[in-house]
Amino acid sequence: MAARGPGRVSVLLPTYNERDNLPLVVWLLVRTFGDSGIDFEIIIIDDGSPDGTQEVAQQLEKIYGSDKIFFLFPSGTAYIHGMKYATGNFIVIMDADLSHHPKFIPEFIRKQKEGNFDIVSGTRYKGNGGVYGWDLKRKLISRGANFLTQVLLRPGASDLTGSFRLYRKEVLEKLMEKCVSQGYVFQMEMIVRARQLGFTIGEVPISFVDRVYGESKLGGNEIVSFLKGLLTLFATT
Amino acid sequence: SLSYPRLLMALPLSSRRLSLPVSPQAAMTKLAQWLCGLALLGSAWAALALAPPGLQPPAPLRQALLPLPVYLLVAFGCYSLATVGYRVATFNDCEEAAAELQEHIRAARADLRRQGLRL
Repeated sequence: MAARGPGRVSVLLPTYNERDNLPLVVWLLVRTFGDSGIDFEIIIIDDGSPDGTQEVAQQLEKIYGSDKIFFLFPSGTAYIHGMKYATGNFIVIMDADLSHHPKFIPEFIRKQKEGNFDIVSGTRYKGNGGVYGWDLKRKLISRGANFLTQVLLRPGASDLTGSFRLYRKEVLEKLMEKCVSQGYVFQMEMIVRARQLGFTIGEVPISFVDRVYGESKLGGNEIVSFLKGLLTLFATT
Repeated sequence: SLSYPRLLMALPLSSRRLSLPVSPQAAMTKLAQWLCGLALLGSAWAALALAPPGLQPPAPLRQALLPLPVYLLVAFGCYSLATVGYRVATFNDCEEAAAELQEHIRAARADLRRQGLRL
């Protein structure tokens, strides 16, 4: 295996039914890391997708080599499982549906070096961060929910429900031990616990390109579970 | 008889302290912080605004104090609406990012096909 530099980045990609997007994400990741000379590995963790995502992942492993990309069957939580196999010092968590563009990862790394941050969080709400593909209603819900979160939790980060982040490996391991929620609330809990434990958080504006929103509107159920999660965090942290 | 100033004195010291513990392990929950803050402000307001005749502050002050909680609530409501409204209005629409992504997708598909990926 090639020598691992101290700046190696492990990208954890949990997937479900991403047969079409997975090759594109991987191609973009490989190109981004190649262009910026960053040592990397990509760990694909597929949760038994019925659409053939696993076969695609295995083809990609053959094309790019299994020291750069490998595929895991899930066992327990995708992140915890993936982390056991990650050899990098930094772990990037991102969505595999192309809403997160790998081009921001070198910026995360630059930011991390700049402030020696434990976590670098991509934010859609600050600087020239933003979203593509959301209508007014969706934006209103997003900003409203974020405002409520800021008032109640005062988290010290502008985007709590975002899931495009870079963590130091030890930091992610520590946080995964402590966090118990799921979905949006899980992402929020990570940041809140990180602050509790005294970890430092840097932010990088990112663009979030939502190509899925048209098919899956934000439902009442998700809003209710978000509120429940928010109130739980409010009362327990 | 129990007067309001005496009630205020009876509050535990920790809830009258304005700065809260900073160490990560010992911090109060956000809920506890809010309850302490509200108890503090609430008791101060009650002590001044609802004081029995002998201990009342001057009339103009009392007139301003009595509706103060409602005023503050309304003010906070307006602030919230204005802030969220402003943030929605200035929410960046990433047109170029979407366009760039389309280009990248095209390039990626072509390249992957060349490398033998069966899409």
